[in-house]
Amino acid sequence: MLEFINFYIIPGIVIGAIYALGAIGITLIFGILRFGHFAHGDLATTGAYLALGVTTLIGLTPWLSLPVAMILTALLAYGIHRLFYRHLEARPKILTVMASLGIGMMLRSVVQVAWGVDPLAYGSGIARAQSFAGLMLRPREIATLALTLALVATLLAFLRYSKWGKAMRAMSDNPDLARLCGVDNDRVTRLTWFIVGALAAASGFCLGINTELTTMMGWSAMLSMFAAAVLGGVGRVEGAVVGGLVIGLAEELSVLLVPSPYKSATAFVILLAILLLRPQGIFKGKVL
Amino acid sequence: MASIGLINYATFMGTMIGIYGILALGLNVQWGVTGLFNAGIAGFFAVGAYLSALLTAPPSPERIMGWELPVLVGWLGAMAGAALIAWPIGRVCLRFRSDYLAIATIGVAEVIRLVLRTEETLSGGARGITGVPRPFGGLEYSLSQFAYFALVIAVLLMVYWALERQLTAPWGRMMKAIRDNEQAAAAMGKDVERRRLESFVLGAAIMGLAGALYVHFMRAITPEAIDPMIATFLVWIMLILGGSGNNRGAILGAVIIWLIWSMSEFITDQLPADVATQAKYVRVFLIGLMLQLILRFRPEGLLPEESVQRTSHLAPPRS
Repeated sequence: MLEFINFYIIPGIVIGAIYALGAIGITLIFGILRFGHFAHGDLATTGAYLALGVTTLIGLTPWLSLPVAMILTALLAYGIHRLFYRHLEARPKILTVMASLGIGMMLRSVVQVAWGVDPLAYGSGIARAQSFAGLMLRPREIATLALTLALVATLLAFLRYSKWGKAMRAMSDNPDLARLCGVDNDRVTRLTWFIVGALAAASGFCLGINTELTTMMGWSAMLSMFAAAVLGGVGRVEGAVVGGLVIGLAEELSVLLVPSPYKSATAFVILLAILLLRPQGIFKGKVL
Repeated sequence: MASIGLINYATFMGTMIGIYGILALGLNVQWGVTGLFNAGIAGFFAVGAYLSALLTAPPSPERIMGWELPVLVGWLGAMAGAALIAWPIGRVCLRFRSDYLAIATIGVAEVIRLVLRTEETLSGGARGITGVPRPFGGLEYSLSQFAYFALVIAVLLMVYWALERQLTAPWGRMMKAIRDNEQAAAAMGKDVERRRLESFVLGAAIMGLAGALYVHFMRAITPEAIDPMIATFLVWIMLILGGSGNNRGAILGAVIIWLIWSMSEFITDQLPADVATQAKYVRVFLIGLMLQLILRFRPEGLLPEESVQRTSHLAPPRS
C-alpha cells in the first residue's frame, strides 16, 4: 500500500499541482478574456528558462530566482497581450486563439535559440527522498506542493475579498454589465495577464525542477492543463486545482492499465469524456 | 547536368506545393467556409499517409498489412481513414465554440503521433515503412518525378473543381450562412451541428488524401518524417495569407509560403553548422510573426473571399 502511494499517488499529486498552476491561468483567460490561450504551455516553458537564466546570471538559488522569473513572465505576458492580442479584441475571438498558437511557436523558438534544445537542469546533485512515516518525499516535491498551496490560497483570497479580485469576477460573469458598473475592463485585463504570467512561470519552474528543462515541456503539458481547466469548469479557479490533481493522478495511474507511452493520452481521453458528458465541468463553469 | 538538377528541384518543389495546396484546400473547407479551427492537420495527414502506405506497400515481417493493393485504393482508404477519425471528434466538439475543437484536434494529432511511435507493428519501427509504390515509379528518375508532379497537380485541380462546385451549390451558401450567423441559420431550420460535422469530415478526408499523395511521392515514411506543429502551422498561414474562404487564395498561399519556407531553408543550410540549428528556429519564429502581421494588417488575405453582400467575416465589425 505504501509502495502504491509512493510510486503512483505522490508523483500524481505533484504533477497534478503543476498542472493546476497552469490550468488556473488557462481558466482565468478562458473565463475573463473568453478565449483558449494556446501559448500557455510555452509561456510556462519561457518562465522556467527565465528562472534558469536568473540562476546562472545572478547566481541566485533556483527557488530564489523563481520570484524574479514570475515577475519577468508576468511582464512578458502583458507585453504579448499589448503587442499581439489587444488589437484583435473587437474581432471574433477565434482569431485571438489562432494568434496565440503562433505566439506559442514564437516563444518556443526564442527559448530554443537562446538555450538550445538539449535538456537542462537547475542544478546538479541528487535530491534524496526523505521518509515521513513511510511516505517518500523529496524536498523539491514538498516545496512544489507548498508553493501551489500558497499561490492558490492567495489567489482565492484575492478574488474573493479584494476590490480588484471582485472586478475580475464581475468581468468574468458579464463584461458589459461590469463596465456599466464602473469596472475598468482594460485594467482588469492587464491584471489578469500579470497573474496568468506569474502562475505560468511557477508551473513551468516546478515542472522543470521536478523533471528536467526541455523546450517542448510546456507544449506537451498544455493538453493536460487544458483538460484540467475544462474538467474543473471553465472560469473556476478551485475547479482548475481539482481538475489538475485529477488529471495528474489519472496520468500516473494510467500506467497500471495501458502501456506507459500512452500516459500522455490520458488527458485527451478525459477531455473528450467531460465534453461529452458534462461540458460545464465539475464545478459548473462556463461553456463557450 | 546543372539544368537537369534544377529541373528536378523545381519538380520536387512543385509536387510539395501541390500537396500543401491540397492541405490548404482541405483547411479552407473547415476554416474558410465553416469557421472550424483544426489545429491537428498533421494528424489527419499522417493517418492518410500511413494508411495508404500500409494498403499498397509489400508485406514485411516487422509490421502488419502490406497488401499491395492498387494505389487508388490506398488513396481512397486514406480519405476514409482520416474521415473516420474526424467524425467522433467532430461529434463531441462541434457543439461548442471552436476553441474546444482546437484543443481536441491538437490532442488527436498527439495521440496519433504516440500510436505511430509506440506501435512498431503498425509503423515499421524506426525504419518506417519502405517500398511504397509510386505511380509512374518505373520510369527513369527525372521523368518519373515529373509524371508524379503532373499527377499531383491533376489531383489538386480535381479537388479544386469539386470544392468550387460544392461551395457554389446551396450547400456552400448554407455553410457560409451558418458561419456568419449561426442563430439565424438555425432559425431558418438548418441543422447547424450536422452541417458542421459534414464540413469537418470532408476537410479531414482531403487532408488524408494529401498525406497519401505525400507518402507515394517519398516512397517511405517514418514517424519523425514531419514536424506536426510546423506542418500544421504552415498550412494555416498558407490559407490565411492566401485568403480564407477562397479556394484560389488557398492555392496561392500554398505557392507563396512554400517558396518562402524552402528558400529560407536553402539559405540557412549555407550557414556554418553551429548557427544552422539556431537559424532553423529563427525561421519558425519569423513564420509565427508573419501570422501575427497578417492577422493584424490583412486578415482577409491576398485574395479575399468573393461575396456580393458582405465583407470578410474576419474583418472588424462595421458598427
